[in-house]
Amino acid sequence: MAMNPMEQFAIKPIVPLHIGGYDVSFTNQSLLMVIVAVAASAFLTLAMSKRSLVPSRSQSMAEMSYEFVANMIQTSTGEDGLRFFPFVFTLFIFVLCSNFFGMIPGSFTVTSQIAVTFALASLVILTVIVTGFAKHGIGFLKLFVPHAPLPLLFLLVPIEVISFLTRPISLSVRLFANMLAGHTMLAVFAGFVVLLGSAGGVLSVLSIAPMALIVAIMLLELLVAFLQAYVFAILTCIYLNEALHLHDHH
Amino acid sequence: MEVAAAKMIGAGLACIALVGAGIGIGNVFGSYLSGALRNPGAAASQTTNLLLGFALCEATGLFGLVIALIILFT
Repeated sequence: MAMNPMEQFAIKPIVPLHIGGYDVSFTNQSLLMVIVAVAASAFLTLAMSKRSLVPSRSQSMAEMSYEFVANMIQTSTGEDGLRFFPFVFTLFIFVLCSNFFGMIPGSFTVTSQIAVTFALASLVILTVIVTGFAKHGIGFLKLFVPHAPLPLLFLLVPIEVISFLTRPISLSVRLFANMLAGHTMLAVFAGFVVLLGSAGGVLSVLSIAPMALIVAIMLLELLVAFLQAYVFAILTCIYLNEALHLHDHH
Repeated sequence: MEVAAAKMIGAGLACIALVGAGIGIGNVFGSYLSGALRNPGAAASQTTNLLLGFALCEATGLFGLVIALIILFT
C-alpha cells in the first residue's frame, strides 16, 4: 500500500509528439503551464475591464498585485528599475500562480521541475547581463572588482565571478527544492494516513493525527508558495539593481 | 558494502545539511524579533531583508536535500 511520494512529479505525455528525434510531447506539465498563463492573464484582464473609481473586489486584487510589485521594484532598484516592471511582474505572477495551482490536490506543480525554474533563472541572468552591458558597456565588468586594496583583489575578483555565476543555479534550485520538498512532505504524510487507516482497530482512529498535520503543513506550504514567488521576484530586482547601478548606489 | 546500501547512507548524511539551515533560519527570525522589539518603528521597513535572509538561508540547506535526492534517484 506504500506509495512513492515522488510519483506526483512524473511527467506524463498527453499528446505524444516527436520532431527530428526530440521528444516535444504536450505533457501534463505543458498543460498546467498553459492553464497558469491563461488563468493569470484572464484574471488580470477581466478584473481591469470594468475600471471604476471605487474598485470591485477583483479589481482591487489586480491593483494590489500591481502596487505590490511596483513598490518592490522601486525600493530595491529605484525609479529607473521601473522599466523592468513588465518583466518582474510577469515572473512574479507566473511563479505565484504555478505554486498556487500546484497546491490544488491532484494537480501538477510546474515549479517543481528544475527545467522550468532553471529556464526562468537563466532568463533573469541573461536579462541582467544584457542590461549591464547595454548601460555600462565594457564597464559592466567593474561589477566584479569591489573597492579594496590591490593585493586583496586577487582573492576577491574570483570570488565575485563565482558568486555571479552561481546565481542562476541558486535562484533555480531554491524554488525547485522548496516546491519539491514541500510536496514530497505532503505526500509522505498522506501515505501515513492511508497506512494507519487501513491498519484497522484503534490505529484507524489514530489516522486523524497525520490528517490534521497535513492541514497544518498545507497552510505552511501556502505561505512558502507565496514567499518563494516573492523571493524570486525580489532577487531579480536586486540583480537588476546591480546591473543598473554597479556598486555606487544601494 | 553494496552500492544500494551506501547510497541510502549517503543520502541520509546529505540531509545533515538541513541542520545548518534550521540554525540559520532560527537565527534570522530570532535576530529580527529582538531587533524589532528594541526598535518597533524600524521593524516594518526590514521585512524585505528578513524574508531575503530567510530565503538565502533556507536555500543552502535545500542544496543538501537536492544532493540527497540526486543520490537516491540517479
